[in-house]
Amino acid sequence: MTATNTNSTTDGIPLVVLDPTAGKAATDVQPAPRPSGLSGLTVGLLDISKPRGNVFLDQVESHLDRLGAKVVRYRKPTFAKPAPVDLRHEIAVNCDAVIEALAD
Amino acid sequence: MGNSAGATVDGSPGPSAHRPPLPDGLIAVVKRDCPTCELVVPVLEQLAEAGPLTVYTQDDPAFPESVAATDDTRLAFSWHHDIETVPTLILARDGKEEDRTVGWSRPHWEKLTGVDDLGPDLPEFRPGCGSLSVDPSLTSELAVRFGGSVLQSRRVELARLEDPFEAAFDRGWTDGLPVVPPTEARVMAMLEGTSRAADDVVAEIPPDLHEATVEQIAINAVMAGCRPEYLPVVLAAVEAACTQEFNMHGLLATTFFSGPILVVNGPIAKRLGMNSGGNAFGQGNRANMTIGRALQLVVRNLGGGRPGEVDMAMLGSPGKLSFCFAEREHDSPFSSLAAERGFGPYADTVTVFAGSGPTAIIDQISRTPESLVRSLAACLRSTGHPKLAMGFDAMLVVSPEHGRIFAQAGWDKDRLRAELDELLTMSGAEMVRGVDGIEEGLPEAFADEQVPKFRPGGLQIVHAGGDAGLFSAVLDGWVGGNIGSVPVTVEIRP
Repeated sequence: MTATNTNSTTDGIPLVVLDPTAGKAATDVQPAPRPSGLSGLTVGLLDISKPRGNVFLDQVESHLDRLGAKVVRYRKPTFAKPAPVDLRHEIAVNCDAVIEALAD
Repeated sequence: MGNSAGATVDGSPGPSAHRPPLPDGLIAVVKRDCPTCELVVPVLEQLAEAGPLTVYTQDDPAFPESVAATDDTRLAFSWHHDIETVPTLILARDGKEEDRTVGWSRPHWEKLTGVDDLGPDLPEFRPGCGSLSVDPSLTSELAVRFGGSVLQSRRVELARLEDPFEAAFDRGWTDGLPVVPPTEARVMAMLEGTSRAADDVVAEIPPDLHEATVEQIAINAVMAGCRPEYLPVVLAAVEAACTQEFNMHGLLATTFFSGPILVVNGPIAKRLGMNSGGNAFGQGNRANMTIGRALQLVVRNLGGGRPGEVDMAMLGSPGKLSFCFAEREHDSPFSSLAAERGFGPYADTVTVFAGSGPTAIIDQISRTPESLVRSLAACLRSTGHPKLAMGFDAMLVVSPEHGRIFAQAGWDKDRLRAELDELLTMSGAEMVRGVDGIEEGLPEAFADEQVPKFRPGGLQIVHAGGDAGLFSAVLDGWVGGNIGSVPVTVEIRP
C-alpha cells in the first residue's frame, strides 16, 4: 500500500506543520526614555471608568502635585473597551508621561 | 484537482518539473486490489507481445506477475496524468497522449491498440475500480506532494525526534489540551470546507488586531479538531466575535468569568450533527466542542490573547475552552434566536454572546406558565447579584420540559418576554447600597425608581436541552450594551 499517512514521517521526511500564529514574532517595543524627575512635566492620569478609580487617582494627583508635576486628567468612556484612538493621541500630544492603571 | 498547476508561491519549481513523462506506446495503470485489473492480465500479456507496453501499478509492484511493471505506489504517474479509474489504458506518441480508455471494454481496447481478439475468454465489458490517486483519504496529501502548495503560512519543520503534540505545547500554540498537528495536507483538506479563497481576510483579531485570513483560521480549526464542513461556522463565528459591537478585546481582557458563547441556528446544525439536546452544553459532540474551541484558538494564536497576559480573568470558566451549542428548533415553543434577530427560517446563523455558566434554575413543581415564569424571574433576579441591575446581560435557556408548559398554555416568546419584563422590574429602594445589610447595590439615586433587571435587549431567550429534566438555565452575561458587549449574529455562508 502507499505510504501516505498524513500523521507521520514514514518516508523519513521530518513532519512539517503550518504556523498557527501567522509567524508573528513578538515585537520588541522600546519604552520611551524615562524622565529623570517629574518637576515641570505634564503627567496624564487616565481613569478607565472603574468604580472608585477616581478616589485612587485623586490621591495620585496630590502626590504628583507635591513633586511639581502638572497633572491632566483623562477618562475612558468604558473600562470594557480599549481607549479610543483619539484619546490616546490627545494624551500622547499633551503629556510628557502618563499613568494608566487598572483599579479593581 | 489542480494537477496542472504552475510554479508554487515560493517560486520553487511547480509540479511540471516532477511530472513523469509519458512513454511512447501503450500505457496501462492498474492495481492488484481491483478485480477488473486482475481480469485483464491476460490481455496485458497479449499487448506486451504486440508492441511497447508500460504498466504502472499503484498498490503492489509485484502485480501483475506475468508482465514487467513500474512501481507507482507513490502515485506520481497516476496523479500527474489524472488517472481516475483502473485499469486505464493510454496510447502515447512523442510524449503526448493520443487516446485513453478506462475499465475493460473489448471494442474500446481493440480500437485503441489496433490489436484484434483481445481477451477472447473475457466478458465483453467490465467497469473499472477507483484509482488510488483519487482516493478521498489521499487527495490532500497528494496535492501537497505533487501539486505545489498555494498556502502562504510559514512552515515549521519539526525535528525528527520531536513529538508533534508536545511540539505544539512547547511553542505555546495550545489551550492546555493537545491539538491536531496542522500539516499542510490537513489544512488543504480543511479549506475544501469553504468556497472562500485561502487568502481572503476574515476579520481583525484582537487584541493584536491581526488581519486573519481564511487559511490562518483553517490552521487553527485543524488544531481544534474541526472537520472541514465546520469551517464556515468557524469563519462566521470569528467574524461575529471580531465586530466592534461584540467587543472581543474587552471580553478577553476582563477579570470577569465570561467568554464567547456560540449559538448555532438553522439547518446546518443538523447537517453537522450538532447537539441541541441532551448535554448540549457538555462534552461528547465533536462539532459543538471543536467549533467553539477553534474560535478561542484563533483569538489565542492569531490575536495574541493569552491568559495571564491580555486575558486577565480572575477565575475564568471551563466554557472558555469551548462553549458552542445549537438551538433546539424542531419542537421549540418559541421563535428561534435567529428569527428574533431578523433571519429567515432557512438561514444558517451563528450568534456570539458574551457569557459563562450555566447557572441552574430548578422548578419541578410548576405546571402553569404563571407559576413557572415567576420561578424563572426569581432566579434571573439574582444573576450576578440580586441588588444589581442593568449592567450585565443574560441568556435564559428554556428546557423542553419547561418549554412545554408554556406551549400548552399558548405562551409564545413575546408573551414570556413580556411577563418576564414585568416580573423583573424591581423597586430600587430594595436594591440600593446598604439595604439588607449589604453594602453592594445600586447607587442611592435609584431609591425612588422602578428598575429593570436587564437593559433593553439584554436578555436573550433560547430553547435547548434533553427531553427530560424540569430545569432551565441561565448563562450569565457580561457587561451589556455599548459600554460592553452586544450579541452579534452572522449568517453562515458556504
